[in-house]
Amino acid sequence: MTSTANLQRRKLLAAGVALAVARPAFATREEMVAAISAFTGGATPKAGRVTLEVAALVDNGNAVPISVAVESPMTANDHVTAIAIFNERNPQTDVVKFALGPRSGKALVSTRIRMATSQKLTAVARMSDGSFWTSSADVIVTLAACIEGEG
Amino acid sequence: MKRGVALLLLACSMGLSAAADERKSGTHFMGASTQTMQRDDTQNPAMLWVGDGEALWQAKSGDSGKSCVSCHGDAKISMRGVAARFPAFDTHRQLPINLGQRINQCRAGKQQLPAWRAESGDLLAMESYVALQSRGMPVAPPRDTRLKAPTERGKQLFNQRIGQLNLSCAQCHDANWGKRLAGSTIPQGHASAYPIYRLEWQDMGSLQRRLRNCMSGVRAEVPPYGALELVELELYLAARARGMAMESPGVRP
Amino acid sequence: MARALINMPKTARRGEVIEIRALIGHPMETGYRPGADGVVQKRDIIRQFSVRYNGEQVFAAELHPAISANPYIAFHTVATESGTLEFSWKGDNGFAQTETAAITVTG
Repeated sequence: MTSTANLQRRKLLAAGVALAVARPAFATREEMVAAISAFTGGATPKAGRVTLEVAALVDNGNAVPISVAVESPMTANDHVTAIAIFNERNPQTDVVKFALGPRSGKALVSTRIRMATSQKLTAVARMSDGSFWTSSADVIVTLAACIEGEG
Repeated sequence: MKRGVALLLLACSMGLSAAADERKSGTHFMGASTQTMQRDDTQNPAMLWVGDGEALWQAKSGDSGKSCVSCHGDAKISMRGVAARFPAFDTHRQLPINLGQRINQCRAGKQQLPAWRAESGDLLAMESYVALQSRGMPVAPPRDTRLKAPTERGKQLFNQRIGQLNLSCAQCHDANWGKRLAGSTIPQGHASAYPIYRLEWQDMGSLQRRLRNCMSGVRAEVPPYGALELVELELYLAARARGMAMESPGVRP
Repeated sequence: MARALINMPKTARRGEVIEIRALIGHPMETGYRPGADGVVQKRDIIRQFSVRYNGEQVFAAELHPAISANPYIAFHTVATESGTLEFSWKGDNGFAQTETAAITVTG
């Protein structure tokens, strides 16, 4: 009967919706590549000039110290205009975008980021001449023991 | 010949006693970047709470119109070494008392203000600010005979198997420190850096919060904040860490 | 008002590159984390950090939920002249905070 079929379909739909919101989708390598491409306007960044400093094995994925340095004289004619950091397995692939200029003096930024799991991090620098440079690092994230319970 | 042997024995015993202290702070078991986060005041997130604590120290409030400054003056002078001497014995209630409880005692008794809730931002800020004034000083709970029995009870709890996992603190932190549990290295469990900014919490917390995490970790019944058995355990941990340098406010994974 | 800590030299030589460290208290709620009741907490993050030196922007950052709670950012700037640096954080739910720091540049 139609009403039974409707009921079945409603149940299935509800189950499907429940499944869809049960956990967030995590980013993929393809999404990281796409995000980098969006940042570079389709250009392929060259390897080099960028040093991404992060521990190979971190104590806790909630606060991972990270530094990015870019070789550049930082003059009016030759400087870094932006540094962007991407990840491949957090729910979102963007982490942060820094805007720099000749007044920065030095292209070196540090911050602390969240990492949902072990994954690759990628830093991309945009230069004033329109070129893009990149470096990546693989980071292992361990789980904390004795975490908050119902107490 | 006899004097030579005596000197040799003396030298050996001195060397032995120096090497006998195997105690290592939790800092030892953290990665380099976490150690830097704690060591560098410009990077340590706990300094945000210290800043709040400093402001609270100055704030006049309550019916008394008194601030902490009114009675205690400059915290750098009056609070120097204080946190290192807690838990202490509270003559008023005839019970051991930790620093947070002592702060609330002042608030209620001297400032006529409601006590700060356990783990509230304000209480942690004040604890952090006061504890900072003992940084670098040795952990030194009072050698008070009235603390003997509560310390012993704390020691018993430390050695007692609890929870569904049927584990005692001692089994991990005395017998298996340095080994790995769920990807983390087991520290010795010396509470010399509290209150801490725990990366796992993304927040500041007291020693009792951490102890309750451990207890829920072994699936034991978790005592409420302020429970006597928790203060007794804090007391035992302080005695166990006697002489180690205070690191408060610390950073831990 | 969140607690913010700015670490910066008070004086510098003209042309010297100085390091500035900015730390602010903020939960940076990602929008993915379930609360104690199992319901996912709404996103609440700082989205923008910008620094003006005597009115001119010298640094900025666009933050996403992957930036840790109590965001810490360290960067560099050239000490060009004496004056004021203004640090500005903006985010969800109308979060807006500004801190200033003075610098004396000699030579």
